[in-house]
Amino acid sequence: MAKMSPSHARSPQIARFAFHGGIHPPEHKDLTRDRPIKSLPIMPHYVLPLHMHIGAPARAIVQVGQWVAKGQVLAQATDFISASIHAPTSGVIIAITEHPIPHPGGLAAAALILEADGEDRAGEPLPPWPDFTTKSATELRGRLREAGIVGLGGAVFPTAAKLATGGTSSVHTLVLNGAECEPYITCDDRLMRERPEDILHGAAIVLHMMGANRCLIGIEDNKPEAIATLLTASAQDTRFETIAVPTRYPAGGEKQLLKVLTNVEVPRGRRATEYGLLCLNVATVAAIYRAVVLGEPMTERIVTVTGEGIVQPENFRVPLGTKISDVIAAAGGYTAGADRLIMGGPMMGFALHDDEVPVVKATNCLLALRPQDRPTTPAPQPCIRCSLCAEACPADLLPQQLYWYARAKQFDRAVEYHLFDCIECGVCSAVCPSHLPLVDFYRFAKTEVWAQERDHSKASLARERFEFRNERLERIKAEREAALNKKRQNLAVNTAVAPSVATGMDTATMVPSAPASDEAFGEYRPEPKALGTQRPGDVGTEPVILDSAVEAACVRAKARRAALDAERAQQESKLAPESKSDLP
Amino acid sequence: MRFPTHTAPLPEAENSVRRVMTLVLLALLPGTMVATWLLGWGVLINVLLAIVTGLLAEAAMLKIRTRPVRPAITDGSVIVLAWIFALCLPNLGPWWLPVFGAIFAVVVAKQLYGGLGFNLFNPAMVGYVVLLISFPEPMTRWGPAIDVSGAALNFTQSLAWSLNGILPSGVGYDGLSVATPLDHVREQLTAGATIHNATASLFNGSTLLQSWNLWLSVAFFVGGLFMLWRGVIRWQIPIAVITGVLVMSGFLWLLDSTKHASPVFHLLTGATIFGAFFVATDPVTASTTPRGRLIFGFGIGVITVLIRSFGSYPDGVAFAVLLMNLCVPLIDYYTQPKVFGHKQAGKAR
Repeated sequence: MAKMSPSHARSPQIARFAFHGGIHPPEHKDLTRDRPIKSLPIMPHYVLPLHMHIGAPARAIVQVGQWVAKGQVLAQATDFISASIHAPTSGVIIAITEHPIPHPGGLAAAALILEADGEDRAGEPLPPWPDFTTKSATELRGRLREAGIVGLGGAVFPTAAKLATGGTSSVHTLVLNGAECEPYITCDDRLMRERPEDILHGAAIVLHMMGANRCLIGIEDNKPEAIATLLTASAQDTRFETIAVPTRYPAGGEKQLLKVLTNVEVPRGRRATEYGLLCLNVATVAAIYRAVVLGEPMTERIVTVTGEGIVQPENFRVPLGTKISDVIAAAGGYTAGADRLIMGGPMMGFALHDDEVPVVKATNCLLALRPQDRPTTPAPQPCIRCSLCAEACPADLLPQQLYWYARAKQFDRAVEYHLFDCIECGVCSAVCPSHLPLVDFYRFAKTEVWAQERDHSKASLARERFEFRNERLERIKAEREAALNKKRQNLAVNTAVAPSVATGMDTATMVPSAPASDEAFGEYRPEPKALGTQRPGDVGTEPVILDSAVEAACVRAKARRAALDAERAQQESKLAPESKSDLP
Repeated sequence: MRFPTHTAPLPEAENSVRRVMTLVLLALLPGTMVATWLLGWGVLINVLLAIVTGLLAEAAMLKIRTRPVRPAITDGSVIVLAWIFALCLPNLGPWWLPVFGAIFAVVVAKQLYGGLGFNLFNPAMVGYVVLLISFPEPMTRWGPAIDVSGAALNFTQSLAWSLNGILPSGVGYDGLSVATPLDHVREQLTAGATIHNATASLFNGSTLLQSWNLWLSVAFFVGGLFMLWRGVIRWQIPIAVITGVLVMSGFLWLLDSTKHASPVFHLLTGATIFGAFFVATDPVTASTTPRGRLIFGFGIGVITVLIRSFGSYPDGVAFAVLLMNLCVPLIDYYTQPKVFGHKQAGKAR
């Protein structure tokens, strides 16, 4: 790593590499880029879904009616990939119930409903660790897990799991993602301008945890103030390099940013850490700083409330669980005619059905639009294979072919054309002259493939079960036979006639599992000395009688089956004339 | 508050099929104007007849197929198809050439394959080739439309000739029509002349004839540059077609320069430039991968020269395009670009 001279620190480096494709949609960031981050008053109610991260849902550990302090753990991470949830303020849990969550399908999910008492009283905090360097990586990871830290860039992947290296860390470079490439969103921009030291501190913690000594901060060059702020703040620390990234959506995609900053392409299914790289959002490292140094769990995040459908667009520090309608109200409410509310940006966000849903860890932006501010989406026309999508695709895919195969439901071909390398950035749809909802087709194809895979694994599971059942039946049969043989032997011993060893051998050759069942029926083994007097090969009279009894049973079974068959045939003959009468 | 929903992305729809088609039509203007100027009103009459027939045929087919008529008619794709097709037709041909060809192109080559975006073969070239095979004689009626006396046919006279085969008194068809350069050279060569004599006699003819093919090529080249500039087409196909023509004709010319025309002659006559920029670049029927486009275009260039030199037709662009159309699925399959992350074994710098 080159030592930075002070003069060097004044002007940012320019990213030296580029990813394929991308677009530059209208930014619309002016609405909020100069709106400082504001806090919200305490709301009467908070709704905290148990599942607001990637991985397993958290498990509630509080009771309905219980008073909880601010920052208290309400639900605990249940798995390696899971995150705890904390009380955003003090109050009483009034329900643990299904509540609508921000979801493209408008679904409801299990959530804790917290009624605030308005006192905002903090409980016993996590011990602050101002000198984090004395803590081991494992301890620090434990703290991140305790504090419920997840990636705030949008993926909400539990950070403790992301930082787990499974032993020694080979990460040499931490990449901070401050690209914020989606139009409208400015929450990371504001954070970088207002709290650069939080970010640098957080990054230092991660560098310490990973044993890395280099940190690249990638910021799109449409945020000169953020770049300047971080350059100044990091001027004394040679580990940091602030790099201006050309403004080009989706430069903020993790893999795209890594490519732009380090020229490393991380293939699908591989992790950046395998290449010695680790990428974290700037807001995530700021949260890491607060969790480690200040002992604050993740109970809030910065949300950009914007769009022409909002009276006064703002950046808010929003306690998790705040209802979106409350946040919008704090921004002056909707302008007349606002008819679309999007969580996330216009490229990758999704439209909400309803604003009576909570802000969750993934809520980076609330965007309200009026019809006149967005182009009417024209009716799709046929694909003319112009391949503008292929030129714009940051994953180097052939979207026109994927579309063709998804549309024709030839999912195997779609997979062959790397369907699962699609990051759903929406660039292809944005450039399509035929206005095809291409990303929808890919999402559809992906879910179909997943469903097929599920069916397939279900089928193979069923097959396994069936085979196992057959095996079990065979085994039981064999065991019965073995037991029967034991009885024969016992009978033979009792009547002081010869055989037994011979029959044992017979079962051993006939049924492979017989020896095991011999052991199982060990207690029925006759006295060894009695056996010793007997010659192998002799067959007594009693088993013959038993055999004839089996034969009789077989005959009876056959008779029963024949009777059943006859009955069925009769029924069929009854049905037959009716079905025939239907014929002309 | 409740909201109607729509899935992201929610892009600003700047581009559209209609915009793309309009740009192609704009790009066709210089070539069409030069062709009209050099060859007379017959060119425009062909274009108009083809467009009107094409639109009617498209509307009728969409009605039959119970597809929405309006968006397909207004997207401009039929106009582009008919226009490009009509520019291939002889300017002194009868009215039913553009009419029949446009109907065939739209009905069979486009709509029966499923309409815009689904056709395997370039419809304009299908229409042209059907006429070429079915009506060889009318398809040779090229000429400067200027009488030996120097009097050009005006619009009504051209229309009368196209519709009824009536020429103004004192003007003979033979005086109007002249073999195209490629036709001329082919005739001369089959008559045993050397290529030198053949081209020399060609350029000793009428002064207009001397240059009309050249000027047409220049005009279409300008239109092609416009399309490149506006991002309607990519550079790969035209460059590859031209390279294919130059490489193949250069090879033959080096082998035997008395039997084969020079690469420059092949480049500037016939439909080379027009085909490279306007025909081969039809996105629906061309390859869509960057490498595939190079292969596709190069193949067209090579086959064009081979047909011109050894086939039984004076020009081969249309056949070459159709043959390469056939190969597109194969080309596309084997020239998929490397997907992100699969290009290199990642290494930090």
